[in-house]
Amino acid sequence: MSAVPLEALPTEPAHVEAVRIIEGRSPLRLAWARLRRDRVAMVSAVTIAILVGVALGAPVIAHLVGHDPNTQYRETGLTPDGLPVGPSRRFLLGTDNLGRDLFIRVVYGTRISLLVGVVSTVLAVAAGVAVGLAAGYFRGAVDTFLARFMDVVLSFPFLLFAIALVSIVGPSLTVSIFVIAFFSWAAVGRIVRGQTLSIREKEYVEAARSLGAGDLRIMFVDVLPNLMAPVIVYTTLLIPTAIVFESTLSFLGLGVVPPTPTWGNMLSDSLQFYQVAWWYVLFPGLALLTTTLAFNLLGDGVRDALDPSTERLFAAS
Amino acid sequence: MVRFIIRRLLFGVLVLWLISVAVFVLFFVAPHDPARGIAGRLATPETVALVRHRLGLDRPVLQQYGHFLAQLAHGNLGYSYYNSESVRSLIVSRLPVTVSLTLGAAVIWLVAGVGIGVLAARRPRSAVDRGATLFVLTGLSMPTFLVGLLLLYFLFFRLHLAGVNSFPGGGYVPFTEDPLLWAQHLVLPWLTVAFVSAATYSRLTRGSLLEVLGEDYIRTARAKGISERRVVYRHGLRSALTPVVTQLGIDVGTLLGGAIVTENVFGLPGLGQLAVQSVTTQDQPVIIGIVLLAAFLIVLANIVVDLLYAVLDPRVRLS
Amino acid sequence: MSDPDVVLTVENVVKHFPIRQGIVVKREMGRVHAVDGVSFAVRRGETLGLVGETGCGKSTLARCITRLYDLTSGRVIFDGVDISRLSRRQLHPFRREIQMIFQDPYGSLNPRRRVGSIIGDPFAIHGIADGSQRKRRVQELMEVVGLNPEHYNRFPAEFSGGQRQRIGVARALALRPKLVICDEPVSALDVSIQAQIINLLAELQDEFGLTYVFIAHDLSIVRHVSDRVAVMYLGKVVEIAPARDLYDRPRHPYTAALLSAASVADPDIADRRKRILLAGDVPSPVDPPSGCRFHPRCPKARARCAVEPPELVRRPSDSPNHLTACHFPVEATDDLARAAGTGGPPGGQGRSPR
Repeated sequence: MSAVPLEALPTEPAHVEAVRIIEGRSPLRLAWARLRRDRVAMVSAVTIAILVGVALGAPVIAHLVGHDPNTQYRETGLTPDGLPVGPSRRFLLGTDNLGRDLFIRVVYGTRISLLVGVVSTVLAVAAGVAVGLAAGYFRGAVDTFLARFMDVVLSFPFLLFAIALVSIVGPSLTVSIFVIAFFSWAAVGRIVRGQTLSIREKEYVEAARSLGAGDLRIMFVDVLPNLMAPVIVYTTLLIPTAIVFESTLSFLGLGVVPPTPTWGNMLSDSLQFYQVAWWYVLFPGLALLTTTLAFNLLGDGVRDALDPSTERLFAAS
Repeated sequence: MVRFIIRRLLFGVLVLWLISVAVFVLFFVAPHDPARGIAGRLATPETVALVRHRLGLDRPVLQQYGHFLAQLAHGNLGYSYYNSESVRSLIVSRLPVTVSLTLGAAVIWLVAGVGIGVLAARRPRSAVDRGATLFVLTGLSMPTFLVGLLLLYFLFFRLHLAGVNSFPGGGYVPFTEDPLLWAQHLVLPWLTVAFVSAATYSRLTRGSLLEVLGEDYIRTARAKGISERRVVYRHGLRSALTPVVTQLGIDVGTLLGGAIVTENVFGLPGLGQLAVQSVTTQDQPVIIGIVLLAAFLIVLANIVVDLLYAVLDPRVRLS
Repeated sequence: MSDPDVVLTVENVVKHFPIRQGIVVKREMGRVHAVDGVSFAVRRGETLGLVGETGCGKSTLARCITRLYDLTSGRVIFDGVDISRLSRRQLHPFRREIQMIFQDPYGSLNPRRRVGSIIGDPFAIHGIADGSQRKRRVQELMEVVGLNPEHYNRFPAEFSGGQRQRIGVARALALRPKLVICDEPVSALDVSIQAQIINLLAELQDEFGLTYVFIAHDLSIVRHVSDRVAVMYLGKVVEIAPARDLYDRPRHPYTAALLSAASVADPDIADRRKRILLAGDVPSPVDPPSGCRFHPRCPKARARCAVEPPELVRRPSDSPNHLTACHFPVEATDDLARAAGTGGPPGGQGRSPR
């Protein structure tokens, strides 16, 4: 073996013990740097962080204000006619038709929206990546079957089927999460499958195979890292869709069961009272809009950071 | 080309069949007994059994499925558990509302969406483009029911307070009865459905048109001295609109199965409202009927769209 | 029976790709005859050059040898063992002995992995060397191929084309293979870099006692590195000979045509050379010509050529290792340029437009 042994290298300080390693700038790190410079995306990220904080700290906020989300403050929270009270010192955002503190309810609603939004998205992405990866990598019969299966799922009338499903098993938080995940995963799967099909043909996959790498190793070490970018982008864009989906289910009375507050069922109730209580529409609606806007803008920023060549969706510059 | 059509049709039939199986499994095999619900809480076990027998729920599963399919083939969707009508007549009676809503909204969102998209694509990064972007952003972030609510509040309620009654807050008047009232009652629902879709279409159009306008053949057309207007509308738009057409087919197909949220907000007696009602009352034959109809419409729309795509884009035919 | 000196024997290797069409069930409508009966042997320590134009099947053959493809028929015998029909698991130990260097320096390295990890892959896959020991060996390899071991943690995007090809070389040599198939390793590089890589490969061959099959479409490159050269056309080997014999005295008309088009350094010689321009395009491998596949374009073709495929054998007056598949091999007196209908040097009769 005539390779140069390390000990025979010229003795400069850098070579004394081990070769000094120069850190490479990974594509992810570069993307992160680009994201940091994007003001709109950063503002969105901060907004989301605040929302998460609010969701986590909901009991604390309730304690500080002294009100409970489900208690009906009939004395102070309703007018003598039994109508909701507007924003005031005592009730920051007013009350609802049962005299409950709207502010606290909106705060607690954040928990549901974020929880359902994130969890169902994570489930959908996990399932979508698994199926898409398997379909794209193994091709043949496996792919035909899985791809057709995804096409069929995508052909279902989403909302209609969702409410039909809920009608059978009864509404609940868990059901909402699973139903939303069920109708979201196929879109992810289709994209992942497409990407996998093209990555699979790349020469470095062939090289890995010629080295003797097994299928699983190639999938995890070679294919998956190259899927990360589109998957991350899709995830950030899927979350607001899931949140909207959940709020729609709640609006129709098929989401989380009352009296648990969600923005959707608050807005549903507000339908009957908007003529006397504009705050009942405005504040949950604003919360919902802010949340989805923040995620959409962040997702757009993430997509731009990972691949600056694509046209920005919500171009702010 | 014929091969392509056959393949699409076969696939469509497969999808429909699978959905029918899924629907059947979920509704008939699920751990839920509609017989009990219909018979009432105070019914004796004999009564419940009798109801079950009348409904055919005590036969073996495969037989029920066969019966189900056979009925479907005849267009018979069964009888509503709670109304005394056949499911088919129920659906048919609701169809005009949903169709009015869908088609009217489609016209609006197409004109608005494509229009805005084209304007934005012609002047990238201008004020128009920024405005369009803002519009897209809001549209994509808002759930339909919220749009409906806000429209109700501002265009119905506040105007109502001000004495203007041009936009009723709900209800439906058939076209045959009074076209003007019909349109008037549908304005807000149309805008509601159209708002989110217009945003989607404007983004789609803008993106697609920008891409097409960057192509070499457009550059050649400009170099030949063809006016910008002709370049955009005759040359560019023709290719750029194919994804829009595709999407349109799917969206219309989906909506015809029931614009659930909007009908709910505005109290329109369409398929969507029927669906929600049936779900609440557990009226399974009706739910099944609507789901199957919606699935059928979506599959049909997909096939039509695919065929259209093949007609418009020769590359698809040859692949 | 197997010669211990022979590392690789390729015996009548055939690789066809079926073309399928159909609505629900796909039926075979035709086949692409990518490789149609190729045989040769490679001795230990030698370099066999494999030349041909795009579509002649050389890359497909490379992948058959390394078992990235399954063979339609024929045998590949490596170090005395028939590896043609071994399962993936049985092939695994052979993966250490046969390695491949790929053509595209930009596509053959995973852009999301660090270079050290890429070169360390063979160690990881075969369970040799772990942790810091693996790292050390990777860094040794980097130095051997001329890379700075400090760049262990860099990503492929941070290297130039030539350097990336070096990474590919390092990866291929990690487990000290016996046989290395180089699939057009310099075709995608700039000319000045090509020489560097070729020299590197030559040095490494001496240092590690490697056997190469060197695939290229450029004859001049192959000449420099090869002991023997095989010329392929439309899935078959048309001529195979020691390098010097092939270049000095090509016997197959196709070889002669290729040589007449190869770049020559001396402009005066280039001017005086007569170009043999072949008529027509390379036929499709789906439906190759009958008889000798080259006959539609051959300036020496006669009736027999359209009917009877020629055997790859030694022609009279050639050295024993010089095999040609041609009924009417090129003689010294032939003027193929005239026969092909394009006489004279490029640029006019005897005068160079300079």
